[in-house]
Amino acid sequence: MSDFTPPVFERAAQRLPSPSDWTFELIETYHTEIARTARAFGLDTYPNQLEIISAEQMMDAYASVGMPVIYRHWSYGKQFIATEKNYRRGHMGLAYEIVINSDPCIAYLMEENTMAMQALVIAHAAYGHNSFFKGNYLFRMWTDASSIIDYLVYARNYIAECEERHGVDAVEELLDSCHALMNHGVDRYRRPQKRSLAQDIARRAERERYMQQQINDLWRTLPKPAGAAAEADAVRRFPEEPQENLLYFIEKNAALLEPWQREVVRIVRKIAQYFYPQRQTQVMNEGWATFWHYSLLNSLYDQGLLADGFMMEWLASHTAVVFQPPVGHRAYSGINPYALGFAMYTDLRRICEEPTEEDRRWFPDIAGSPWLKTLDYAMRNFKDESFVGQFLSPKVMRDFRFFAVRDDEDEPELEVSAIHDDGGYRALRESLSRQYDIGNREPDIQVWNVDLRGDRSLTLRHTQRGNRPLHEDTPEVLKHVARLWGFDVHLESVDGEGRTSYRRTVSPKRS
Amino acid sequence: MSMLQQIIDRRLSGRNKSIGNRERFLRRYRGQIREAVRKAVSGRGIRELEQGEDVTLPRRDVSEPTFGHAAGGNREYVHPGNQEFVKGDRIERPQGQGSGGAGSGQASDSGEGEDDFVFRLTREEFMQVFFEDLALPHLIRTQLAEVPEWKSHRAGFTSDGTPANLHVVRSMRGALARRIALGGEDRKELRRLMQELQALQAHPEADAEPVRQQIREIERQIEELRRTARHVPYIDPIDLRYRNRVRTPVPSAKAVMFCLMDVSGSMDEARKDMAKRFFMLLYLFLTRHYEKIELVFLRHHTQADEVSEDDFFHATETGGTVVSSALVLMRDIIRARYPSSEWNIYGAQASDGDNWHQDSGRCRELLQESILPACRYYAYVQVAEAEQNLWQEYTQLEGLCPNFAMRKVASAQDIYPVFRDLFKKEGVPA
Repeated sequence: MSDFTPPVFERAAQRLPSPSDWTFELIETYHTEIARTARAFGLDTYPNQLEIISAEQMMDAYASVGMPVIYRHWSYGKQFIATEKNYRRGHMGLAYEIVINSDPCIAYLMEENTMAMQALVIAHAAYGHNSFFKGNYLFRMWTDASSIIDYLVYARNYIAECEERHGVDAVEELLDSCHALMNHGVDRYRRPQKRSLAQDIARRAERERYMQQQINDLWRTLPKPAGAAAEADAVRRFPEEPQENLLYFIEKNAALLEPWQREVVRIVRKIAQYFYPQRQTQVMNEGWATFWHYSLLNSLYDQGLLADGFMMEWLASHTAVVFQPPVGHRAYSGINPYALGFAMYTDLRRICEEPTEEDRRWFPDIAGSPWLKTLDYAMRNFKDESFVGQFLSPKVMRDFRFFAVRDDEDEPELEVSAIHDDGGYRALRESLSRQYDIGNREPDIQVWNVDLRGDRSLTLRHTQRGNRPLHEDTPEVLKHVARLWGFDVHLESVDGEGRTSYRRTVSPKRS
Repeated sequence: MSMLQQIIDRRLSGRNKSIGNRERFLRRYRGQIREAVRKAVSGRGIRELEQGEDVTLPRRDVSEPTFGHAAGGNREYVHPGNQEFVKGDRIERPQGQGSGGAGSGQASDSGEGEDDFVFRLTREEFMQVFFEDLALPHLIRTQLAEVPEWKSHRAGFTSDGTPANLHVVRSMRGALARRIALGGEDRKELRRLMQELQALQAHPEADAEPVRQQIREIERQIEELRRTARHVPYIDPIDLRYRNRVRTPVPSAKAVMFCLMDVSGSMDEARKDMAKRFFMLLYLFLTRHYEKIELVFLRHHTQADEVSEDDFFHATETGGTVVSSALVLMRDIIRARYPSSEWNIYGAQASDGDNWHQDSGRCRELLQESILPACRYYAYVQVAEAEQNLWQEYTQLEGLCPNFAMRKVASAQDIYPVFRDLFKKEGVPA
């Protein structure tokens, strides 16, 4: 599609009008210019659908995990109340933009924004995020942009139907339990088949019937014919391999769930899967969008289209967004993904265009290569963990003044394990890469065994990394697991030496 | 081809999408919310009932548990902004932070360690909970929860409005005034030039070149001025005037509500609280019908006093009970301050039914002869079960007087029936 040669623009005869109030015509005009420039840089996107919404609607979207439609649940009400309260008190500005990974890609523009901010949002969301959604391998593999909105509408209607048929309380309890396991309801390595929504619905009835049969079969209580078969059966484990997707396992194997409950579990699981790539590409995605709004708007300025005041206005927002408070600062709450991502893409471009001797040593393959091609490659084929592992340069580490701190509970003090110097770059990069590894951030809990011949109890196994224990919510979450499973649930937490350091059993409440 | 599919204006569609989720949230915590409303009702004045209320839920209760890591074990974090550290430095473990002073992404989203979850019930939601407690029928709830009816009437003119309200005469008058004001200087100048022109044309040497030049010059100036005058618009948006209408609430009559309560030793806090709800409900009803409502608080034990609302609910007395003392006082106050020709009088009496036995007959007489004829409605609740002589005496009135109602009240939901007849009359002008 693109040959990755940096575009050359002609200078425009006249600037675009830049009043502070936007109009529909102006949005269209700016969009046309931004789109033209983005295409010249080779950004490949879904078609855009820009939607003007009010602050209140922004809060609505905010509260429902950023989606335009979602089934009803109290937690979204809670989220809305919290958002509204902070907004009203001025504790928090609303996000300038929300963008939805769908085809066409929906980007929200808030009516309160000035024209400069709308242009910023269009460049950031409609071209930055949009091209990332379309290009990045995780999104390509795990999400289906063309059907997500339809699926959410289907999910909302289905759950509303369930509420009508089985009561709001029953559905709420079930959703609570599913939400508790949402992070553990994704396939991390396998790729789902792509199917259209129509096929999905058509298959549902069939699946429900079949599943129920299967499960009954699994729990069959008829006496087995005596002999060797029974013995072999006793040794057979179920599941044969540990399963990482708890919701999937429950959906397929929990004996007491009714068909509609299985479908609800499935809906939550599907939505969790849809969000899974976003959780793994925060730095990359935000960095990419920030890099492109910065590059596109600057390019428009160089083409003589933007006024100075207009530039100042969005640059002020841009600067605030990429601010990284140092550790110990009042506002410090970890590494700002916008700041890190933006710095990394910017530096990647620099390495391509003006490589230093250090860059040639660290990045022999990309130093001096065409920058558009290299950035495109980086955007498409990585997630945060590997992106940092691959592209974090010594210069960025120096600029951020990164340092790694080791926290070992057996030691009385923390230890600085690496800093931004020659001896530390590699260790620092590895450490930061690990930090973005979702398997490191979230505990590794898998289905270990089901006692098929005994009390039907489910055993989950937590494999500790660095001997890190589970936090205090654990018994509460286990209650949810037990509610879904219908029989006792055991959790064992196993440390590096294979010792079980924590064990807990929860029985479902019988109603 | 543009990559733009479309720009959609969503501002007017799909508002309040979160209402359903909010309802579910309120539903989930209805126990705590009812408790909060109950407390608020006891703390509020009768007149202040209709407001929202802040409800506090413990953070623990509204949290959604997920699997996660606790402090401890072996971990490493990368931080930005190194100032003085070099490899191998030792740092004291930060105190008071569960997560070891570090959180990449984890610390920000869970919102742990924050205070309780506080949110505000709107006036409507508050009233709904209040009504639920009182077990009000739904029709009555809507009647009470409704904002009073409004009537709109004229109130001068405004500079913006709908075309339908355009006041043509006013607008034209404004336009004329503006044209006069804007053209004033020019016209004066024009008149002067015209006179000068006439003078010049009448000049004996009107054909001489210098004069003709002068005439041409003046004619040019006149032409110029006329052109400017034409540029003053005949009518301008700022001239437009619209008829202004404002809304005022419909009820306009005035009412007085007498609250009578026994404050003898046997009336404990719970009983008083019940009585308070009884008074509140009546007050709420009255606010839907009358613009101005006065409250008179009469408390009694062996003798009656008129007191402030605060004293009424919060002071406790001991000793015996003579109910008629309050009725006498009420009668006297009506005579002195609230002639029934001008005021709609409502009476609400709460007591535990305990009375000096020879007094009850007199109470009935007082009510029947002097109070009930003056009142639109009189309701009595007994906040105790026991059948006492006051109850028996009052029972005789029940069939006799249509504007009298009585009821024993053991819990909040028993209060409403005492007003059933009152609310039933909704259609009839009160």
